[in-house]
Amino acid sequence: MDNIFDIKNLNLWYGSKHALQGINLRINKQSVVALIGPSGCGKSTFLRCLNRMNDLIVNCHIEGSILFNKVNVNSERYDEINLRKKVGMVFQRPNPFPMSIYENVIYGPKCQGITNKKRLDELVESSLKKAALWEDVKDRLNSSALGLSGGQQQRLCIARAIAMEPDVILMDEPTSALDPIATAKIEKLIIELKANYTIIIVTHSMQQAARISDYTAFFLMGELIEYDKTDIIFANPKNKKTEDYITGRFG
Amino acid sequence: MKKYLNKQLFFETLYKLSIIFASLLLLLIIIFIFFEGVPALKEYGVFKMLFNMSWQPTAHEPSFGLSKMILATIISTLLSLLIAIPIGLLSSVCLVRLVSRKIKNIIMFIVEILAGIPSVIVGFFVLKTIVAFLYQHFYMNIGVSGNSMLAAVFVLALMALPTIITITVKALEAVNPMYTEASLGLGANKIQTIYKVELKAAKSGIMAAIVLGAGRVIGETMAVMLVSGNAINISSNLLLPTRTLTANIATEMSYASGLHQSALYASGIVLFIMIMLINITLLIILNKGGGDNA
Ligand SMILES: Nc1ncnc2c1ncn2[C@@H]1O[C@H](COP(=O)(O)OP(=O)(O)OP(=O)(O)O)[C@@H](O)[C@H]1O
Ligand SMILES: [Mg+2]
Repeated sequence: MDNIFDIKNLNLWYGSKHALQGINLRINKQSVVALIGPSGCGKSTFLRCLNRMNDLIVNCHIEGSILFNKVNVNSERYDEINLRKKVGMVFQRPNPFPMSIYENVIYGPKCQGITNKKRLDELVESSLKKAALWEDVKDRLNSSALGLSGGQQQRLCIARAIAMEPDVILMDEPTSALDPIATAKIEKLIIELKANYTIIIVTHSMQQAARISDYTAFFLMGELIEYDKTDIIFANPKNKKTEDYITGRFG
Repeated sequence: MKKYLNKQLFFETLYKLSIIFASLLLLLIIIFIFFEGVPALKEYGVFKMLFNMSWQPTAHEPSFGLSKMILATIISTLLSLLIAIPIGLLSSVCLVRLVSRKIKNIIMFIVEILAGIPSVIVGFFVLKTIVAFLYQHFYMNIGVSGNSMLAAVFVLALMALPTIITITVKALEAVNPMYTEASLGLGANKIQTIYKVELKAAKSGIMAAIVLGAGRVIGETMAVMLVSGNAINISSNLLLPTRTLTANIATEMSYASGLHQSALYASGIVLFIMIMLINITLLIILNKGGGDNA
């Protein structure tokens, strides 16, 4: 299978703190990859490297290469905006803009200069359908997105990312602020989306990782300890530290 | 437990009392200016006072028409805000998003000092620069002294800028970073993020900045008197002198008596109502644009 991401010897420092240490990782197209590990081990940091979100942080220094479709995107010369069009992101806390549902979905495409009303209408409908939100909101597209429930808001954020027609969707603990029913809906959605997108998801829930992901990466203190098929990681991990973590014997 | 409750009760009462005290004070001021101003309004007539062009309080048959000065206040306020608002917003955006933190801190330090400078000093500055410039370049042709509406507008814009910038910068900095990240994460560039998301999220703070800026401008007296020429006059030629409501009160209050004095208080009522109108208008605009906030 084809790699969509090929990360080679990635190191990241926040000031003097070495937060990612020599990460090597390949990610297949149209798979779901779960990133697990204890708090502060660098999962979010790693995820945010993949769409250059860490560019926003002063004093953050990154070395190594991140090949996205065989092109190194971790370089001054590569335009991060182009990358973010192809690599969307869904955050831990649902963060729809204080605008209408419709405006939220078309935000990205509009920033790219798409103004054709018919095209935008189509995008809104297809994105909301793919995010399994269309039925909930089709009669109130012009009301504020802030009036939706937390789970609906998160699906709107997924729809907003989908509207950009990305290749990859990064998700940083997308269900940690949601109740079990909303979580189940999002998990179902992620499995459906796998057909068209590569999804990289940070999660603190072993069960979630086991349920939805094809591959799992275990991080510990800035290092990638083990990366393999999810079945293998959970059934017979090769590294003792991985085993300790997934069996809960770890702090 | 009981002790704790007593303490809480004590502070609650203290807060309530201070609120009541502040409101009472405001109420007293309002009652006072109405009490003093109403005789003139009654005797001379509200309509005449607002729309008559002639202000001759000490004439044999005095007239108390405020309209020229009302217009002067409105025009100088609007024009100065027309200068100060765009410059203020653009520089705030620039300070918060486009320059380094160090430069921002230095500039904010200067802006905060500017905000505290007595208005007369700003008046001096404009007198020595803009008024002098106007005198040099226009005296020969049309005989203007430089003391003018235009100079007043510059003073007022200068007075409003620090207020607008400090408050807008605070509002922009308070925008929840999750909106910024969401926008950038969707492939928007910095400028799009500022205009489509951050300024919208900071809207109520920016409105407050404008209201306070406008309040400062309408109420400004000394600096305006210094550079406006202080002659009762309203003209489409901004190079001619003018006199605002506040300047009129400050100029004449010291020697006014009787109905004249009452008329000055009445102009205070007019000022008060103008400020109320600005606040209400902005509140309406604010609520119309969809109540939302970060
Ligand atoms: N902006 C920053 N500046 C300095 N240090 C940071 C910054 N962001 C994260 N760190 C540090 O880098 C390390 C990795 O943080 P990161 O947020 O990636 O962890 P995480 O695995 O996502 O944790 P969690 O599960 O709690 O979200 C932590 O030690 C954290 O304190
Ligand atoms: Mg994290």
